[in-house]
Amino acid sequence: MPNDLPLQEESNLNVHSTPRSGKGRTDYDKWIPYLFISPAIVLIVAFLFYPLGNVFYYSLQNYDASQPYYNGFAGLDNFVRIFTQDPQFFASLWVSAKWVISQVSMQLVAGTLIALLLNQTFRFRTFFRAAAFTPWAISGVLTSVMWSLMYNEHMGVINDLLLRFGLIDQKIAWLANIETVFASVIVAELWRGIPFFAITILAALQAIPEELYEASKVDGASRFKTFLYITLPHLKNTIVLTTLLRTVWEFNNVELIFNLTGGGPAHSTTTMTMYVAEQAIHANNFGYGSALTVVAFGILLAFAVVYLKVSRFEREGEE
Amino acid sequence: MSWNRKLDRFFVLYLPLLLTMVFTLFPFYWTINTALKHEGDIVKTPTEYIPSSITFDNFWVAWNNVGFSNYFVNSLMIAACTVFFVVIFATLVGYALSRYQFKGKSAFLLLLLCTQFVPAAMLIIPLFIIFKSLGLISNPLSLIITYTTFQLPFNSVLMNGFISGVPKQLEEAAMVDGCNRLQVIFYIVIPAVLPGLVATGVFTFIHVWNEFLFAFMLTNQEENFTLPIGLSYMMGEFNVNYGALAAGSVIALVPAILMFAYAQRYLVNGLGGAVKG
Repeated sequence: MPNDLPLQEESNLNVHSTPRSGKGRTDYDKWIPYLFISPAIVLIVAFLFYPLGNVFYYSLQNYDASQPYYNGFAGLDNFVRIFTQDPQFFASLWVSAKWVISQVSMQLVAGTLIALLLNQTFRFRTFFRAAAFTPWAISGVLTSVMWSLMYNEHMGVINDLLLRFGLIDQKIAWLANIETVFASVIVAELWRGIPFFAITILAALQAIPEELYEASKVDGASRFKTFLYITLPHLKNTIVLTTLLRTVWEFNNVELIFNLTGGGPAHSTTTMTMYVAEQAIHANNFGYGSALTVVAFGILLAFAVVYLKVSRFEREGEE
Repeated sequence: MSWNRKLDRFFVLYLPLLLTMVFTLFPFYWTINTALKHEGDIVKTPTEYIPSSITFDNFWVAWNNVGFSNYFVNSLMIAACTVFFVVIFATLVGYALSRYQFKGKSAFLLLLLCTQFVPAAMLIIPLFIIFKSLGLISNPLSLIITYTTFQLPFNSVLMNGFISGVPKQLEEAAMVDGCNRLQVIFYIVIPAVLPGLVATGVFTFIHVWNEFLFAFMLTNQEENFTLPIGLSYMMGEFNVNYGALAAGSVIALVPAILMFAYAQRYLVNGLGGAVKG
């Protein structure tokens, strides 16, 4: 982040009282920064940290809008129920793990390949870059609509293409079939997710000094070796950080699955977050939903700490 | 160019570029294709890859009968208000961070950083309860407040970077000439950071335009639906009108793509670098 730019070394401006305004100015100036950040603080505290605290509070309560007569302090009951009586919790955790691992790894590989591709010199490069990045600006809901039109069993273009090429014998209900639904949702989300990696990795590629490539060319290194020994080490910090951000993002991502499959069929696409959303939206079970959220948050936090430790992420390594 | 070089360039550049473009652009093409077909042609076999006859009926149905005109106005209004507040508040925060040394500054920066680790999905339940007690469910205000809050931290840090790049001497000169602090911000700082300001505004707009989960949770009346909510409900209907659904998607697509087309050049150079940390 560009916060290493010339900041206030001694902040001359503060004491820069103009001749006209006399001595009142410096006193008044001291309060200006607080005045300027106050709207942000009020909003963040009231609508981000206060509700966040509420989640922890509700997780210790029975809070079910459909059964209000049971509402009240529940201690750790919700958590005990999650870990001992809720097979759906472990099932959704497993779906989440499959979802996050397949999304992040495939998005990273494809995004890197596309970034390398778009880093070459060719005609109309600006146009092709913009086109390749466009799905980044498309919402999960729109992605769901567009892909559901293509996946549709009867009128979908995917069945039609595969039939024409003789790859399948009969039409497949991609989103209703328990064997194809997961892969189908994965492909739709890849379409939307790859540009994020392509964008960030292309930005990192442009920061690698050109001389390094010239030197390796002189030494006669192959394309693969150049990538392995020059490009990859320079991308390391970007890759560590983007994969972490993306893991958190995909773990919490719910709108595509919500709209494309609703978590079905037979809960085969119900991720952890999808399960929380179900509890909140359909079951109206706020206490239990909050407890699930707290557990999910704990899992993510633990993951982030371990991941940064294991990958030995170093900020100093970056130029 | 030798034959070998040409072959090499085909496999390293042209072929992968073609595959990328097909994978990226075909879903857009198919949505537009479906939106322009007559109802009967959509379900016809063999599938028509180029519509045999074009109609705009689907757009008419989506806009007037389904209510996309209403969703569109709601989305536009909420996105515009959010961008307005985010730009003003983020500029103020960015100015305070880049021009002043004040007590509690590092604590405030830490607060901004922490917000980035709070998943939005975690807050749908408590926010629903808060806005319900404020009587703001199905009120655009609840969404504007929520979006402004969530967009503010990242944009404030960006504005801090932009404003730090403006030389202080400009401001000092203006103050000697008798400008007060707000006049300095409006007449000196904002014009100097305008390109960055527009880019952050555009990206905020795209985020808000696309947001689903909060809007779904905080809206329960059809008249207050935003575009993503309208599309989501339409998709879940028992008898889906595919032509109108595709037309509605195109209506929702166009502003996002126009905005993106304008701001994408900042992505790789500016914001992409910011994501790097």
